[in-house]
Amino acid sequence: MTNLKLDKQTIWLVGGVLALLVASSLIGRVLSLRVRDEKDRATVQNLNARIRAWWMMVAVFGLAMATGGIGSVVLFALTSLFALREFITLTPTRVGDHRTLFWVFFIILPLQYYLIAIKWYGLFSILIPVYAFLFIPIRSAVAGDCEHFLERTAKIQWGLMVCVYCISYVPALLSLEIPGYEGENGKLMFYFVLVAQISDVLQYVWGKTLGRHKIAPTVSPNKTWEGFIGGIACATAIGAALWWATPFTPLQSAGMSLVITLMGFGGGLVMSAIKRDRGVKDYGNMIEGHGGVMDRIDSLCFAAPVFFHFTRFFFT
Amino acid sequence: MKALLATIAKLITGASARWVGCVPDIQQRVYFANHTSNLDALVIWASLPPPLRALTRPVAARDYWIKGPVRRYLANQIFNAVLIERKKPTAHDNPLADMLAALGDRHSLIIFPEGGRQAGTEMAPFKGGLFHLAKDRPDVEFVPVLIENLNRILPKGEILPVPLLGGVSFGAPIKLESGEGKASFLTRAQTAVKALQK
Repeated sequence: MTNLKLDKQTIWLVGGVLALLVASSLIGRVLSLRVRDEKDRATVQNLNARIRAWWMMVAVFGLAMATGGIGSVVLFALTSLFALREFITLTPTRVGDHRTLFWVFFIILPLQYYLIAIKWYGLFSILIPVYAFLFIPIRSAVAGDCEHFLERTAKIQWGLMVCVYCISYVPALLSLEIPGYEGENGKLMFYFVLVAQISDVLQYVWGKTLGRHKIAPTVSPNKTWEGFIGGIACATAIGAALWWATPFTPLQSAGMSLVITLMGFGGGLVMSAIKRDRGVKDYGNMIEGHGGVMDRIDSLCFAAPVFFHFTRFFFT
Repeated sequence: MKALLATIAKLITGASARWVGCVPDIQQRVYFANHTSNLDALVIWASLPPPLRALTRPVAARDYWIKGPVRRYLANQIFNAVLIERKKPTAHDNPLADMLAALGDRHSLIIFPEGGRQAGTEMAPFKGGLFHLAKDRPDVEFVPVLIENLNRILPKGEILPVPLLGGVSFGAPIKLESGEGKASFLTRAQTAVKALQK
């Protein structure tokens, strides 16, 4: 992995996020002291739990970046592992899929991240959509159980795509060779995660304060047009304002942020639809206040491959 | 070694223990659970706080666990299992006597009243040992435990686990009513386990 420069821009980025978190923690504290009725108390508690989880995520992320890239690859590999575990737990598979799943968890997942670490774009971009996609049904067919065969295969392939392939594109950002931006990809990765997650938070905040017209009430009762427009607009503005940390101009940065936030919204919506279908509210209980790893990264999954390929196409 | 195994089990299964009807206690108990996988006893045992683990022994079939040095090691050194004769019990060598002896005045047991690991999703009817234990030891708490998903993590017949999320839930203890018959008690016990499903 390239050595990621610790330059002034990185310090500003990280410092800015830390300042934001400190401010959020203070606001959360004040709110929890002043809240009166029960419903608001629950909301504030949820907010504070989210902020605590954010601190933890930032700490882990910072640590990963500080190890010059390889830490990030490991971090996202573990994230994929936990996300995939939640996803597969939720989808009905049969004993005939057991060996296939063993391949998926212990061979395909590590292989994908190994390829990311050695920056072999030609293979990491097709390992899962081509080779794993074809291998999975073959292995399950060999095991002999034909009941719901197509469904089981499709679900495992989907889980692998969303939880492993898509998420692996976040550390894959470190492998892009952008002229004039060598060794600075860490900031790009930080920018991506920041914009995607802040869009999530802002949509939630706008939705809670002004939300009235629901977008897809059968899928996600919390998503409103007010939340969507307010959150996306603010996050895009923030992303545009962070152009100096990226290889983009302010206008390009706004465009990229719009792409990230729209895909992030789409990802969140799709994962909600899946949860509804399976009849669960949260994917697990791994990170306090967030109800599962999958719930945290659903905005990253869909955005990561698109952002990677846009950047690759236009800037390398 | 035991602590390491418990930690590994919890990591692989992501197993979170839900104490729904009671809390961990030094009180003598018989934990009875549905049986789906060889991981069942390990995960229940690992869900107990360490001081209780030394006092809690899983009940296991001798015919299965004496085959081979690995199984014998696991059953004796690691779990301190109570090995019972389930195929051909006699007056001198029967499960009830072994279980009562193992309970003694301090220990707790983990038993699987279905008898063996179930392949399907339905619970098999509970065998009578649970009832006889309850009759002979009214001072012991009988705690229903629900095991979930461990059969997807390590299905019967497999050796390599797949790291999915499994769970174990501990319910409220049930008591044998005075004059209650075997069938009634066993039905109540099974209902208590099923009721723990979220």
